[in-house]
Amino acid sequence: MSRFQVVSGKGGTGKTTVAAALALALATEGKRTLLVEVEGRQGIAQLFETEALPYEERKIAVAPGGGEVFALAIDAELALLDYLQMFYRLGSAGRALKKLGAVDFATTIAPGVRDVLLTGKACEAVRRKDKRGRFAYDHVVMDAPPTGRITRFLNVNDEVAGLAKIGPIHNQAQAVMRVLKSPQTAVHLVTLLEEMPVQETVDGIAELRAAALPVGRVLVNMVRAEVLPSPVPQDVRRTDVAKALSRAGLGGARRGGLAEQLVDPLLEQASQYEERVALERRQRAELTELGLPVTELELLPEGIDLAGLYRLAAELRTQGVS
Amino acid sequence: MTLDPAPALDVDALLDDPETRIVVCCGAGGVGKTTTAAALGLRAAERGRRVVVLTIDPARRLAQSMGIDSLDNTPRRVKGIEPVAGAEPQNGEEREERGAAEPAPGELHAMMLDMKRTFDEIVEAHADPERARAILENPFYQSLSAGFAGTQEYMAMEKLGQLRAEGDWDLIVVDTPPSRSALDFLDAPGRLGSFLDGKFIRVLMAPAKVGGRAGMKFLNVGMSMMTGTLGKLLGGQFLRDVQTFVAAMDTMFGGFRTRADATYRLLQAPGTAFLVVAAPERDALREAAYFVERLAADRMPLAGLVLNRVHDSGAARLSAERALAAAENLDEARIVDQEGGKKALRTTPESPDRAAAPAERGSENDPRESDSDPGGSEDDSTAAADSSTDAAGRLAAGLLRLHAERMQLIAREQRTRDRFTALHPEVAVAEVAALPGDVHDLAGLRDIGTRLAADGARAADDDDGTRS
Ligand SMILES: Nc1ncnc2c1ncn2[C@@H]1O[C@H](COP(=O)(O)OP(=O)(O)OP(=O)(O)O)[C@@H](O)[C@H]1O
Ligand SMILES: Nc1ncnc2c1ncn2[C@@H]1O[C@H](COP(=O)(O)OP(=O)(O)O)[C@@H](O)[C@H]1O
Ligand SMILES: [Mg+2]
Ligand SMILES: [Mg+2]
Repeated sequence: MSRFQVVSGKGGTGKTTVAAALALALATEGKRTLLVEVEGRQGIAQLFETEALPYEERKIAVAPGGGEVFALAIDAELALLDYLQMFYRLGSAGRALKKLGAVDFATTIAPGVRDVLLTGKACEAVRRKDKRGRFAYDHVVMDAPPTGRITRFLNVNDEVAGLAKIGPIHNQAQAVMRVLKSPQTAVHLVTLLEEMPVQETVDGIAELRAAALPVGRVLVNMVRAEVLPSPVPQDVRRTDVAKALSRAGLGGARRGGLAEQLVDPLLEQASQYEERVALERRQRAELTELGLPVTELELLPEGIDLAGLYRLAAELRTQGVS
Repeated sequence: MTLDPAPALDVDALLDDPETRIVVCCGAGGVGKTTTAAALGLRAAERGRRVVVLTIDPARRLAQSMGIDSLDNTPRRVKGIEPVAGAEPQNGEEREERGAAEPAPGELHAMMLDMKRTFDEIVEAHADPERARAILENPFYQSLSAGFAGTQEYMAMEKLGQLRAEGDWDLIVVDTPPSRSALDFLDAPGRLGSFLDGKFIRVLMAPAKVGGRAGMKFLNVGMSMMTGTLGKLLGGQFLRDVQTFVAAMDTMFGGFRTRADATYRLLQAPGTAFLVVAAPERDALREAAYFVERLAADRMPLAGLVLNRVHDSGAARLSAERALAAAENLDEARIVDQEGGKKALRTTPESPDRAAAPAERGSENDPRESDSDPGGSEDDSTAAADSSTDAAGRLAAGLLRLHAERMQLIAREQRTRDRFTALHPEVAVAEVAALPGDVHDLAGLRDIGTRLAADGARAADDDDGTRS
């Protein structure tokens, strides 16, 4: 099991939710996981119903079975000041830089710098060891930028190493790249069984592979339970359906009877359902062709709360993802 | 609690009005902005206007079907426009001659924004060739133009400004970049503009210009310290690249912010209409509410809310609870029947053939059927064990469960909508049903367009009725 698990996917497909569930799932007995957020949106805090996370590792949950989940919202500006401090002991000069907007500048105009800091901080947590030489975290899970940006985000260290040809940032970038391109890392993509997210997943995986980044699995989120056999049986007569509805207490089965009037709209809903299921099957087939492990997570009709999150985590464990 | 329903948005009136020159579709990601923009463009064209649709990230099949899948950053004419029955002919004389019976279709042109190319074109248009080349080759320019957060929004605005300046179009329909927040479209260009015009950039370019005399000394010290530090950190070439880039950019434009501000004002001008697109989901409608408030604060004209992917049911009278209870009834009955069926199987070896028999029975005027039939006990005869009754029972139970699911979804959607309507009762709404499949061709867009206009048309008819 890779120690660094990166969760990407099209916007809104459930990256944050799945990353959090994965962090819970990986925190089996006696283990510690760190859930990392990089987009400054406090999605983790919202999900775990806690106050906004500072730039500091905090325990946010105990997983079923007793493992612990920590969380960290990485702030690129503070990470940059950290770095400057670490390498140069800048002191007040660091503050002056900030005042002038230099930090803002560096982290904004060169998106590479921002990303290198974010990935750098995450990789530092992956590699960190305690005094006895054990890893500080058994797993680090990142709620990463969306599919469209993920390859560039993870590969930016190469780019920056090219831009900043010397100096500590250059060295740092290369060290990070070594972690990201090793089997220690796995990049997962979250998708829905819809055309655009699946297309993005297929394209995204091609890009990741082209960049020699280690692809993990496809996580299909919000999968709807099957309520009807599909295709809907054709050999059942309308009148028999009307009678069945009538037997169930929904009115008369004769033409114009209350139960009979339900048949057409209900069959119409069934044919929409069929169409959707057929579309989902096509998307599933496309995903299967990728030759990656595929894990499905059910749609929780009432949305995600803490209980729902634990439920998704349990599903991930059952499916052997952790 | 029942709220007054939101007023209906009259989409056709909006599209037909010659004063409407720009329609902007905003909203959180994935709600259907691109689809709505394309559908509106098509509808307006088929109602006689000369329209260009600026899409940002169309689904691949949609782009292919509109013939805009090759990125060349200019509008392409879309084939297959058909006149819409009942559309008012437009004011052109030539069109009037054809009479109201057969309104002339207008034209639909569509394009997909190429962010980098748009940026490159600005550079090429505003700098002499040598300087342009220097900028285009600069690594910072490349990084910025390829994906700085906000560049896409800035370039969408830029392209809108260009299309407007061309003056060729009756109507420009603009899709907006996919982003978490609908507000990004309004904020990002300004952020990029002020960033590029920012303090630090000016310091890098010409430290002496910044601050008063008193500030100068400090700044100069700060400056040398900073360039030194950054130089050490990133390598000297890095900083030189930044400086060339910034200097070149600055002499080229009259400032990024000025440019962004100009487009922003275009959005405030009469003739621009915003449509907020949202799905009836909590996050999407919350974004929509923020956006509505922001438009009001900035005095930007909101035409209404497009509520996309709404569910409904032809059997809405049957509640989820009753449907589930009925499904359970059927399941229980079937379990009992199955036990009876097994017994029958043992005693009658030819029983498999009996499956065909019930099909002959059960004609529509079966005298045993009655409207007051409460639990259907009359079928507790041998017929109940028939596999076709069984299959019908199983199917009916499935249909009822599916229906219950649908009704629960409709109720959830209604609750989130009520919340929005309570906050913003004045916002006109056009509803579009969730179609079972994706929308990826002109027929699909036309269907969406019809649905977009349906509520407004109905409301308009009602008005006419009361007036005459
Ligand atoms: N399995 C699920 N069942 C039901 N609702 C879900 C499920 N997974 C996610 N959601 C809901 O879908 C919405 C989007 O999820 P989430 O915020 O995790 O996505 P994201 O990919 O991180 O989005 P963004 O791209 O904006 O960061 C949330 O409201 C979440 O509660
Ligand atoms: N009313 C609808 N019914 C069914 N599918 C829809 C509907 N509206 C949009 N879609 C589909 O949803 C997906 C996302 O739509 P899109 O317009 O690209 O969203 P956005 O531009 O807001 O990100 C597309 O696959 C589109 O076909
Ligand atoms: Mg998220
Ligand atoms: Mg879009």
